[in-house]
Formats: sequence, structure tokens, C-alpha cells
Amino acid sequence: MIEVDRVGRSFTVGRGRARRTVHAVRDLSFTVGAGEFVGYLGPNGAGKSTTIKMLTGILAPTSGRVRVAGLDPTRRRTALARRIGVVFGQRTTLWWDLPLKDSFELIRHLYKVDRADFHRRLDELADLLDLGGFLHTPVRQLSLGQRMRGDVTAALLHEPAVLILDEPTIGLDVVSKVAMRAFLRRLNAEHGTTVLLTTHDLGDIEKLCRRVMLIDHGRLGFDGTVDDLRATAPGRESLEEVVAHLYTA
Amino acid sequence: MVRTYLLLAWTWLRASAQYPVSFALMTLGSFTLTGLDVAGIWIIFEHTESLGGFGLFEVMFLYGTSGLSFALADMLFGNVERLSQHVRAGSFDTMLIRPTGAFIQMATDRFGVQRLGRIAQAALVLGISLPRLDPPWSRMWMVPLMVVCGLVIFTSIFALGGALQFLLTDAPEVANAFTYGGSTLTQYPLSIYGGELVKGVTFIVPLAFVNWQPALYVLDRQDPFGLPYWLRFVAPVAALLLAVAAALAWRAGIRRYRSTGS
Repeated sequence: MIEVDRVGRSFTVGRGRARRTVHAVRDLSFTVGAGEFVGYLGPNGAGKSTTIKMLTGILAPTSGRVRVAGLDPTRRRTALARRIGVVFGQRTTLWWDLPLKDSFELIRHLYKVDRADFHRRLDELADLLDLGGFLHTPVRQLSLGQRMRGDVTAALLHEPAVLILDEPTIGLDVVSKVAMRAFLRRLNAEHGTTVLLTTHDLGDIEKLCRRVMLIDHGRLGFDGTVDDLRATAPGRESLEEVVAHLYTA
Repeated sequence: MVRTYLLLAWTWLRASAQYPVSFALMTLGSFTLTGLDVAGIWIIFEHTESLGGFGLFEVMFLYGTSGLSFALADMLFGNVERLSQHVRAGSFDTMLIRPTGAFIQMATDRFGVQRLGRIAQAALVLGISLPRLDPPWSRMWMVPLMVVCGLVIFTSIFALGGALQFLLTDAPEVANAFTYGGSTLTQYPLSIYGGELVKGVTFIVPLAFVNWQPALYVLDRQDPFGLPYWLRFVAPVAALLLAVAAALAWRAGIRRYRSTGS
């Protein structure tokens, strides 16, 4: 479902003599099969967001080959948008001044979702994510937890085969976090949606991901199950300590 | 594409309808402010019979056609000049993950009809000048055509300015020199400017085809710079070429888009 083959992305930063090239991602390769639930870990600045942006067609890779749902994200960006859902925890994709429901209606038109499918899907999502109480509230008045549930709904209305989540639990309280995780697990199990998720919250990883990939300095440092990950640093108690060990190694 | 544009524009309109007083004031404001332009022209003609060899109503005709093209382009597509703001805020990323071209999303972002004030004002000036000039009906076909060509030319310049911001995120002002600058330049007969400048806006940045060359045809005037007669009819070609250049630049810009941190 996701193929990344020897992908690199560099940026030129600075001016004049201070000019230099930063390799945000270098020689990165991995594949994610249909129905997998993969956690993508890495310290700040490791290249997680750059990878996500290349998978979604926001950034063009400098080298290598990317395929998501069979499409080249850079060349077929708008076609790809119909097959994937994307959630950025740090920013909303909803329309600030519009009631949530209106944002969803707009998305229905933009993604050309059949009206009956849309209502069936929205009812299901509204029920699972408990949107009923604030469907008619303008987005700017929603709490972070409500807004995030709205954003996740918006990303799923067109029933994408792949869901890409960039820090979806950031800033959420414990209740919202638990609800979000339960929802994502169910989505993956019942609809077979392929999920790739970046996070700094290892609770997300432990509760959700069968597979973990760890990126550091633009390179894949680990790729395996959560148990494999623990085994890399025997004797350490929590997953946090294991990951911290890997980050600093 | 048109459907998507209308849908997005309508959505933003509804969102802004929450602030009706702001809408009314801004519409009135733009009508009044641009009205001062015309007052300026009146004052000039208090002191002189002609401006660059053109009479009051001819100048008003040039002002009206340029103003109408510009105000329409500004209302429909002018928002693309806010690209660098979207890039910095990260909202451009969210436009790229939707199954619609980023240009349309940019153009309709915060779409408002406040600029209707300016459109009404330009249309009014044009409406006053045309009957006084009374050009032959056989030449009137050029008037709507020139407004459309002007609209395409200004839109292309807006798009080029937006595309430039993919490279220079700090310099939307460079683009303003050509959009707002181009609008001001074409409000007057080009005969008041130097020959070199006029060659530049004829053959390089085709602002002369917004209204000047077609107007020479409508008004049946000699070209003060002695440029060939056929130039009066090539506005559609110039507009199309510029639009193609703008579309290519926009695409190239998106390819080079670097996004921001996080």
C-alpha cells in the first residue's frame, strides 16, 4: 500500500557563505502492506514529517521512488487525495468559521462522495467518535479534543484505503486519547484501513501498532514489532526508556 | 473546476455572512476610495484639456476598462497573492492534501464580495464615458473582449506573483509592483509614459493589452508611439500566452514547494 524506495529529501538553507544542504531524509526504504497498523517514531527533526509530506504529495522527494495506493504522490497528488486520509495533529484541515457539519458537506462535494454513502459513513463516525453534541458548532469554538475528532472524521468520510496520522493524540486529555485509540483500532480491524501514525506518545504505539519503524537522522534505525523493539535494549523497564536509548545510541 | 470554485466561494461567503456590517462597510469603503481616483482625474482636467493627447472621457474609458478588469481579477483570483502567508501558517499543506487544485483553493480562500464596490465604481465610470465617446457600433465588440483579456492578464500576473513566492517567501511586494502597479499604470493613457516603458509593457509584461491597444481601436486613434496597427487585435493572444506562462510557473512552484518545519 505504501512503497518507499531509496528516498532522499534535502533542503538548502541559509544564504551566502552560510548556505548548506540539510538531508532531512536519506536513502529511506520501507513498505507497508494493506491492513497494517504501523507506528513511525523518531526524535524531533529526524525526518518524520518530511516523510509524511512526501507520502501525501506535499513535498517532492529529491531522489528515490514513492508509491502510495499505487500512485506517485508528486505527479498524481489530487488523485491520491481521494484514496488517502490525512490528519495533522498540529493543525486543522477544517474550515474555521463553519459549523463542523458544513465542513463535512463541503468535503463530500470536494471528494465527490455519493450522498447515501456520505450519510451512512457520517452516522457511523459521529456515533463512534461521539460528535453528536457539536456537529453544528463552528470549528473555532471546539475544544482541541472535539476538533481532533472532527478532523479524523473529515479524513475518513471518503473511505480512504490508507490513513496517515501525524501526531493525532498531541495535546489530548486522557479520556480523548483513550477514545481515539479505541476508534483507530476498530477502524483498522473492521474496515481494514491501512494506518501509518507518527507520535511521541509511546502509549499510542503500545496500544495500537503491531509494527514500529524508527527514523533517526533521516535513516531507518529500526523496523519490527514492539516486542522486537523491547528486545533491542534488554533490562530496560518501559518502552520509553528503550526508545530513548535508541534515539541517543 | 468552475463548480468547485463556486462551491468554495459560496462556502466562504456564508462564513463571512456572519459579519454583515463589516461586509457593508468594506464594500462602501472600496467604492468610495476608488472614487477618489476619478476625482483625481477630474482635477487634472480642470487644469488641462488633454492628458497625453487624450480627452477626459477617453481617459475615463481607459480608467473604467482597466479598473473593471483589475477589480474582477482581484475579486475572483487576487487571494493567490497571499501564498506566503499560507506557507508560513502551514495552511498551504492542508490545501495540498485535498483532491482539488491548490490554485482554486487559494483563490477562493476567504472569498468575499467586498470588491464589488470597486467593480461597481469602475463599471459606472465606463458607463458614463462610453455614451459620451459614442464609438461606432462596429467597434463596440472590442469592449467586452478587452475587459476579459484584461481580466486574464491581471489574473496571470497574480498567479505569477504567487508562483514567485514559492521561491521568495518574504517578497510578496515584488508581485504587488506588477499587479497593483499594473492596475495604476493602465488607468492612464500610456502616451504619458516614456517610449521604453511602453515597449516594455507591450512586449515583455503585456499590460498594454489590458486596455491601451484595444482602446486605440475602439476610439480609432493613431498610436502615439507608431507601433503596428495589428497590435490592437492581439490582446487575446497576449493574454493566452501570459496565462500559459503563469500556469507553468505555478506548477513549477508547487514542485519546488518546501513546506515549513513540523
